[in-house]
Amino acid sequence: MTDIPVAHNIDISRLRAHHRLMHRIRALEEAALRGMADGLVLGAIHPSIGQEAVAVGVSALLEPRDLVLSTHRGHGHTLAKGADPTAMMRELFGRVGGTCGGKGGSMHIADFSVGMLGANGVVAANIVIAAGAAHAIKLKREDRVVVCFFGDGAINRGPFLEGLNWAAVFALPVLFVCEDNGFAATTRTASMTAGAGPGARARSLGIPSEEVDGNDVLAVEDAASSLLAAVRNGGGPRFLHARTYRMTGHTGADPASYRTVAEVEAQRGRDPIRRAREALLQAGVSADDLAADEAAAVAEMERAYAEARDAAFPDTATAFADVQDVGSPLVDAY
Amino acid sequence: MAVISYLEAGRQALAEELARDPTVWAVGEDLGRGGVFGQYRGLAERFGPERVSDAPISEAAILGAAVGAALTGTRPVVEMRFSDFALCAVDELVNQAAKARFMFGGQARVPLVVREPIGMWRSSAAQHSQSLEAWYAHVPGLVVACPATPADNKGLLKSAIRCDDPVVYMEHKNLWGLEGEVPEDTEFTVPFGQARIARAGQDVTIVSWSGQVHVASRAAETLAEGGIDAEVIDLRTLWPWDKPAVFASIEKTGRLIVTHEAVAVAGFGAEIVATVAEHRSAHLKVPPRRLGAPRAPISYAPPLEDVVRVGEAAIVAAARGMMGGVKA
Repeated sequence: MTDIPVAHNIDISRLRAHHRLMHRIRALEEAALRGMADGLVLGAIHPSIGQEAVAVGVSALLEPRDLVLSTHRGHGHTLAKGADPTAMMRELFGRVGGTCGGKGGSMHIADFSVGMLGANGVVAANIVIAAGAAHAIKLKREDRVVVCFFGDGAINRGPFLEGLNWAAVFALPVLFVCEDNGFAATTRTASMTAGAGPGARARSLGIPSEEVDGNDVLAVEDAASSLLAAVRNGGGPRFLHARTYRMTGHTGADPASYRTVAEVEAQRGRDPIRRAREALLQAGVSADDLAADEAAAVAEMERAYAEARDAAFPDTATAFADVQDVGSPLVDAY
Repeated sequence: MAVISYLEAGRQALAEELARDPTVWAVGEDLGRGGVFGQYRGLAERFGPERVSDAPISEAAILGAAVGAALTGTRPVVEMRFSDFALCAVDELVNQAAKARFMFGGQARVPLVVREPIGMWRSSAAQHSQSLEAWYAHVPGLVVACPATPADNKGLLKSAIRCDDPVVYMEHKNLWGLEGEVPEDTEFTVPFGQARIARAGQDVTIVSWSGQVHVASRAAETLAEGGIDAEVIDLRTLWPWDKPAVFASIEKTGRLIVTHEAVAVAGFGAEIVATVAEHRSAHLKVPPRRLGAPRAPISYAPPLEDVVRVGEAAIVAAARGMMGGVKA
């Protein structure tokens, strides 16, 4: 056993719920990867396998009315915010009944009904959008917050500076969560990043920042809890730097040959689900119960897979729906 | 009706919509002091600094925040100062604002207006003078408005603010001081996609928009002195554009000139000429012409700036060439 979060005064039921949700995220993504291998998931998918604790630890603190903005690696954030996995799987398969009607796919998965305002295919683009969502909340005097997840690669794009500065200047209710998996696509982020990293950049703008072991789900929850409390109290933006590791390649098709097997194996010992499991075992939860959590998650996502596989493709007329109110998309085409 | 300037008409439109709808707000650099051209003068004082808000010089954040705020139940009007600066926020406009409704399967709308002043004005040189309206007409999801008159700057801006689609709203900087009659009715709007016949005529159709409408109108007066009766059509909006109005005019005149301040190559004039060639070639008595700028950056020195303008003389020559069968 490694890195057991002994410092926590473990709330077993809370950790058990996190264990279940992390398994559900992983099972969903493993089913999606199988869908890719089976030729059913067609575009690029970016798995968050190994990073589930960040999505789960932060989302545990959110209310349905709160809003989340995500990235191209957004399945975990979406499921953790409460989206229906079958509708998500249908979206990944490009089928009718998908969260976006099959028009977005993995990179644009969104479920506004649960406050998930979209994954985004452009790195860092969601940071300024999140600031704007928080701006609207402040203008309307609403009692809710925005959480913006992004990767470590995003901190080198302009919208990171512009969005954080904006949120700080207008004292907006937003928690920025840098989910740092060490890689910007297939490049080690550290090799292309000057200075002391994400937290230092946030602090340079006057935004309080904390760093946390992003593979320790309770530590993530604890850190996010105090930050979100400050955000909810009108304290303006806060920043969480969660260090984690991406167990897969950048996309489902990336063999990640730019890193050694030994490095990946060493990280496997820090796997967030494994660590939660070990902590629960140590706290007296039976191995059978924990195996049942995993089995239930796998079975749920197998059902989602089967339903998505059997669902129809969308009516082709929807390719021209929801473009805009003004003007017809078919004018002068073909 | 009151006679007011193009700038004041835009200011009135925004003030009326701010008063009418509490979800409307404006944000951009220097708005607290009236905006770079004074088109927001007094609005921060009247509506407060939250609803007419200053912004950092962060074009991506201005437009990106507008997308987020539009997705979250407000109707932002964002100011880009110069359309040239809006290029710092092309991702936010083209990849985010224009596509969010569609790619999320219709779960949300993006009701924002991005004001992007265009055009040559007072030796502003290469980075403050461009007319890039055709770029945005090419992008699914966007509305593109290019008002030419004070009345239209009021009526189209009000339509833009009330529209649930993202609207690229391009005022011409050289028109700020232009005066004209403007309805005072607070419910006055101008619909998108409905051209204005700036001058009726029988012999040749001249299609234009924005500042160039006035150049075309002056050319038409000159042509009239020589017995050529030109019809000048002000498109008002490029997406959607009023094809029926253009077709009806060509069916009458049989001759088409499209003139715009933007570069001719791949400009919106090409779209109009191609559409007419496809659908109304039987009505054309002579080949159509498009008159746009040379494919060169815009200079600072006035004589160099002037040679990239499509002037009145070029339009007159093109029309005379069409009438006489001699290409000017």
